[in-house]
Amino acid sequence: MQLSDLLNHTSEWLKGTGPNSEIVISSRIRLARNLAGVPFPHWANATQGAELLRLVAEAVSHSDMLKKTTFFKLEQMDSVDKQFLVERHLMSIEHAQKTEEKALLIDNDEMISIMVNEEDHLRIQLMQSGFNLFEAWNIINRIDDQLSSTLHYAYLPDFGYLTACPTNTGTGMRGSVMLHLPALVMSRQIERVLAAIAKLSFTTRGLYGEGTQASGNFFQISNQVSLGHSENEIIENINGLIRQIIEQEAQAREVLLAKSREVLEDRINRSLGTLKSARIITSQETIELLSMVRLGSDLGMIKDIDRRTINELFITTLPAHLQKLENKKLSSQERDLKRAELIRKKLTFL
Amino acid sequence: MLCDICGKNPATVHLTEIIDDQMKELHLCEECAHDKSEAMEQQFGLSDLLAGLSEFGKSSKDEALINLKCPSCQLSYADFKKLGRLGCSECYNTFRKYLTPLLRKIHGSSQHIGKSPLNIKPARSSSPKKRDPLADARLKLVQAIEKEEFEEAAKLRDQIKALEAKANKA
Ligand SMILES: [Zn+2]
Ligand SMILES: [Zn+2]
Repeated sequence: MQLSDLLNHTSEWLKGTGPNSEIVISSRIRLARNLAGVPFPHWANATQGAELLRLVAEAVSHSDMLKKTTFFKLEQMDSVDKQFLVERHLMSIEHAQKTEEKALLIDNDEMISIMVNEEDHLRIQLMQSGFNLFEAWNIINRIDDQLSSTLHYAYLPDFGYLTACPTNTGTGMRGSVMLHLPALVMSRQIERVLAAIAKLSFTTRGLYGEGTQASGNFFQISNQVSLGHSENEIIENINGLIRQIIEQEAQAREVLLAKSREVLEDRINRSLGTLKSARIITSQETIELLSMVRLGSDLGMIKDIDRRTINELFITTLPAHLQKLENKKLSSQERDLKRAELIRKKLTFL
Repeated sequence: MLCDICGKNPATVHLTEIIDDQMKELHLCEECAHDKSEAMEQQFGLSDLLAGLSEFGKSSKDEALINLKCPSCQLSYADFKKLGRLGCSECYNTFRKYLTPLLRKIHGSSQHIGKSPLNIKPARSSSPKKRDPLADARLKLVQAIEKEEFEEAAKLRDQIKALEAKANKA
């Protein structure tokens, strides 16, 4: 597989299907794993880092669940390609920096990705559309078992899986759910909801993970605690919280519809109008407007544009995607023009 | 790496923002990051915990602890405090005493419940590499001070000094 093959392909997590997909974009499980006796990536030298890459590539070749995957070394990759992978949520921003001895493994469906030599030796990630953490866990658990039959994981019976940072020790698991909560934001209830989430020791992040401001009404919620609970318990806990948030967002949407339907219709249709007619548009504005259009589609106010088309636009209008589509470097001003053109094409000629 | 805002303190907090269509990385010291956003409070958990737990003073115990090194990867407790990351899986055995309460603070527990690898090999390497006598002596010193065996501690301290002198010459 070539990176450019991904351009004509919808990532698993963008399909807009799966349980509760009117509110939940995607579910993700990530496992942090390290090998015994090899220094963690930040503390390893180049030889140790290279040897680790070799061991992982070898283990991957023995796993039948990872048959249809491609191994990319990041060192030779140009910055647009790296940002492209970050935009598709296949790797972290941290992984795109200081790329010596770093690699990324992805499968053809973009469901599985493995970052090698990020903060930990392995960061295995599994993405699913909609509210689907248990399904993600079932798949990633089997991949993890297959890898652990050839790799010697760093593990102690009392501390569990050993990670570079003690905040990930134990199960090494982080479950995240990406939610679209425009009604809670518009009705100014979101602060209360986020405060409650923080009290329950869950974290909220924006569209791009770690430390990002939430934009376009997207919120990613994940567990903080990884030790002292089983993987199933951790998922149950996240699921319980997510179910409550889904219910609150659904209620807020009903209240908005009942009390201010015209205002809502106006905002949604103006957003669509701007997207269809703009000649210059930034990605920030695009995200905000697409969020409203997505809400319109979810509420049945916009009938001729499906969720998948909107989801794809969220990603294809990002800077690196535009440059890959055009197959050349574009300045910020050039991108704003190209972005508007792409959106017009997608939304006008359906 | 220094803080992007004040340019004085080391950057320990790394954020991403989308500003004018560009994904931008911000590297901030904790102080400036605190100022930047109250909402980021959660991110500071770990270094606050580390600072709170160690309370480095002038007592000999703290000095011994700060010099304690993992025999396998040479990371010291001081390195861990600075980086917030351990050096290798063996560090968990080396710093076990200090990690156990830290893990309890972070996770509310220090006992793993959950899956285990199919192919378990203990983190302690089965064929120990040539141990580092200096690291071993430092570990023993911490243990001696904890058990309040001060005569033993004094002996070990002399031993460490001698070993350090030898290491410096080499
Ligand atoms: Zn600063
Ligand atoms: Zn170590």
